[in-house]
Amino acid sequence: MAKPIGLEINGKRYAVQSAPETPLLYVLRDELGLTGTKYGCGEGQCGACTVLLGGAPRRSCQIPLSAAASRSITTIEGLEKDGHLHPVQQAFLDAGAFQCAYCTPGMILSSVGLLSTNPNPSSAEIIQTLQGNLCRCGTYPRILEAVQKAAKMMPGRAR
Amino acid sequence: MSSSVTFVPEPERYEFSAGPMHHFELARRDFFKFLGAGIAVFAVAKKARAAQETAPTLGFHFEELPENITAWLHIGEDGNVTAFTGKVEIGQNIRTSLAQTVADELRVGFECVTMVTADTALTPFDFGTVGSRSMPTMSPQLRRVASAARDLLVDAAAKEWNVAADGLTAANGKVSDPATGRSLRYGELARGKTLAQNLPTEDPVTPPDKWTIAGKSIPKKDGRAFVTGEHQYTPDLRRTGMLYGKVLRPPSFGATLTMYDAQAAQAMPGVVVLRDGDFVAAAAGNERDAQKAVEAIRTEWKEVPQPSSEELFSYLKQNAKPGSDERSRHIKGSVENGLAAAAHRLDATYTVAFIAHAPLEPRAALAEWSAGKLTVWTGSQRPFAVRDELANAFHVPEGSVRVIVPDMGSAYGGKHTGDAALEAARLARAAGRPVKVVWTREEEFTWAYFRPAGVMEVKSGIAADGTLTAWEFHNYNSGMSAIETPYDVANQHIEFHSTECPLRSGSYRGLAATANFFARESHMDALARTAQIDSLEFRLKNLSDPRLRAIFEAAAKSFGWPRQKSKEGHGFGIAGGHEKGGYVATCAEVAVDRATGTVRVVQLTTAFECGAIVNPDGLRNQVIGANVQGLGGALFEAIAFENGRITNPHFASYRVPRFRDVPEVEAVLLDRKDIPSAGAGETPIMGVAPAISNAIFDATGTRLRDLPMTPNGILPAKVLSQ
Repeated sequence: MAKPIGLEINGKRYAVQSAPETPLLYVLRDELGLTGTKYGCGEGQCGACTVLLGGAPRRSCQIPLSAAASRSITTIEGLEKDGHLHPVQQAFLDAGAFQCAYCTPGMILSSVGLLSTNPNPSSAEIIQTLQGNLCRCGTYPRILEAVQKAAKMMPGRAR
Repeated sequence: MSSSVTFVPEPERYEFSAGPMHHFELARRDFFKFLGAGIAVFAVAKKARAAQETAPTLGFHFEELPENITAWLHIGEDGNVTAFTGKVEIGQNIRTSLAQTVADELRVGFECVTMVTADTALTPFDFGTVGSRSMPTMSPQLRRVASAARDLLVDAAAKEWNVAADGLTAANGKVSDPATGRSLRYGELARGKTLAQNLPTEDPVTPPDKWTIAGKSIPKKDGRAFVTGEHQYTPDLRRTGMLYGKVLRPPSFGATLTMYDAQAAQAMPGVVVLRDGDFVAAAAGNERDAQKAVEAIRTEWKEVPQPSSEELFSYLKQNAKPGSDERSRHIKGSVENGLAAAAHRLDATYTVAFIAHAPLEPRAALAEWSAGKLTVWTGSQRPFAVRDELANAFHVPEGSVRVIVPDMGSAYGGKHTGDAALEAARLARAAGRPVKVVWTREEEFTWAYFRPAGVMEVKSGIAADGTLTAWEFHNYNSGMSAIETPYDVANQHIEFHSTECPLRSGSYRGLAATANFFARESHMDALARTAQIDSLEFRLKNLSDPRLRAIFEAAAKSFGWPRQKSKEGHGFGIAGGHEKGGYVATCAEVAVDRATGTVRVVQLTTAFECGAIVNPDGLRNQVIGANVQGLGGALFEAIAFENGRITNPHFASYRVPRFRDVPEVEAVLLDRKDIPSAGAGETPIMGVAPAISNAIFDATGTRLRDLPMTPNGILPAKVLSQ
């Protein structure tokens, strides 16, 4: 049996037995049941598996478990606090910024990551950040609108 | 070269096949056991109703489409309403719009209505969520059911109060007696009852101008579960003891297994290895172990030579089957005479490539056998067809198979089949445990089916004043949807030719209409230029269909057609048509950069009319999404293949629209309350490619007749050398 690897996800500690090279995505989904993080391509091309690693958006299909150890990980399940949606989640909901919504968790986490370092991004900066996140339903205009709304909802938010 | 691998072409398969006879096996008392006491109303197929006059039990026989599409709903003792439909939510927002329809007709709050969808054990037979049929067929059924349920409730109240029913009103989830001011909530009226009734007559339903809940922009049902990650798509499901399955794919299409050695894989702990004919697969406790097991299986395959994408269009022409489908054939007047009389003749050939649906949720299924019965959760647009595929494959009665479709990570016409369901079920039977199979992106790009490629040949003539005199149109392989011309032409010859198809092909959002619109509307633009008439004016000159004229005019007005060129390299195009009860016109502005060889779509304005609008915000979302998706097929999507292999099976090599590709997109919606609602998932995509093509011509003077127009993102040399 491999030595357990410690993870800190959404503020909780976990010890997992998976091989150190296992992509974080599979650990989250299959070992820990955190299925809000989606498989879309396994190649870092679609952004559906985006999580925050140390606060920065990363493709969890490209991160070996060993590289995620002892770093703070945030998944879509960790954004809601005390029954209140994160402003980015709320903005996506308010803007109806999805159709099938399979890309939504990844879009939201990429946007949360952006707003944490750039609270007032321009449209071009949002587009630049989300270029790696695919929405096959084509809801991009509404996603842009949602991120702009979220930025307005978040002034002075402690980060 | 003739291929020895031929795929049964699946274009527009739902138009070709007929539904089988089906049994619904839930007994009446089980139904109420499942839902609790209350009032239930069932819409039964007309033909079936004759045999069902007496008993409101659930032993319905369903006939084929469209009569067999039926629905039911239940009103519980708590006043909550549950409506059942075999339709599937794939992001098109059907769960919300059908719930609006039910709430509207039943006069209850939207939040009181729960839709149970796409579960072969609970919902009525449904041919599939295909062809933009949900709104025109399911919505009226549910309305009639809800209307009948409302009558039952009013009758129940009348009986309770011992008054005449026609003086009572139903609103806000209760029946009231205006004479006395008393009222009873639906839940109170349903209390203690197990009343089930077949839909009695053609009940009148509420016309669109009287809608109160339908017609409003109500947000997506369960929207919150999608932004929290709580909603579980098929790949997110798990069962106790579940294994993960992987399939060993052949090296090329049509390859047959000649050597198989699974010793090494079988020696792996916890691994189940399976061979059944040419189907080779493994299951293990996690996905990576299953993958390792599959990689440890040694196989050799006999391959067959096959054509490549380089020779695709000559292949399609050379392998056309003799004759043509008579349903596609529209012959009127004499094209020969029309051409002879023409002042100008214009002939051209257009092509479209194979493209992939690439739904972000790949094909997936979780299968579980228990006491000879099979339950499969899978992402499919046709749960009942998948149930039949499974029943046939495993030689079990269809009543022993239950297919459940969780709301899906999209499909776009790409999930009509049950491939992953069959694979998971076969592995689960071998393993004796539940097995989940989730396709990789590469599998999705390779082993799913494609939107068929096609060749469209047009011959045409116009009189000196721009009147169309002749229109001859042949479509090879891509299909017959929207193959007719909506323009007034006295002399027409229109025909679809099926051919041997080098890749497995099937439905795609809009089917062949995108290809046929592309050829027709590009050609119309070319004719307008030949006649030296504005492209919109030329269309209107040859068009009498008032709905299509109105939609062209709406798009043009909003876009500001005709626009004067303000910037170097910019151009404008217009295109439109109708299909599946929806009328669409799109105006495009493009910016061509000759130095880089790139095209940027600056703006798309799409006007759309599909009768009475059920949910304006949902419709706007669909129209804008279709425009964005349409950009991909117009500009850069193309499946490349060689000798039975897909050579670009990744998002890195198969380019789909991303954020930077997105233009300003405007949706102009016309609400026709006097016309029944049609579907909206498909038609808004159809004008995008020709509008862009026409705008590129306007900008460059070169006509691009092949989709995609900028393979690899770069314009063809012929444009740049102009």
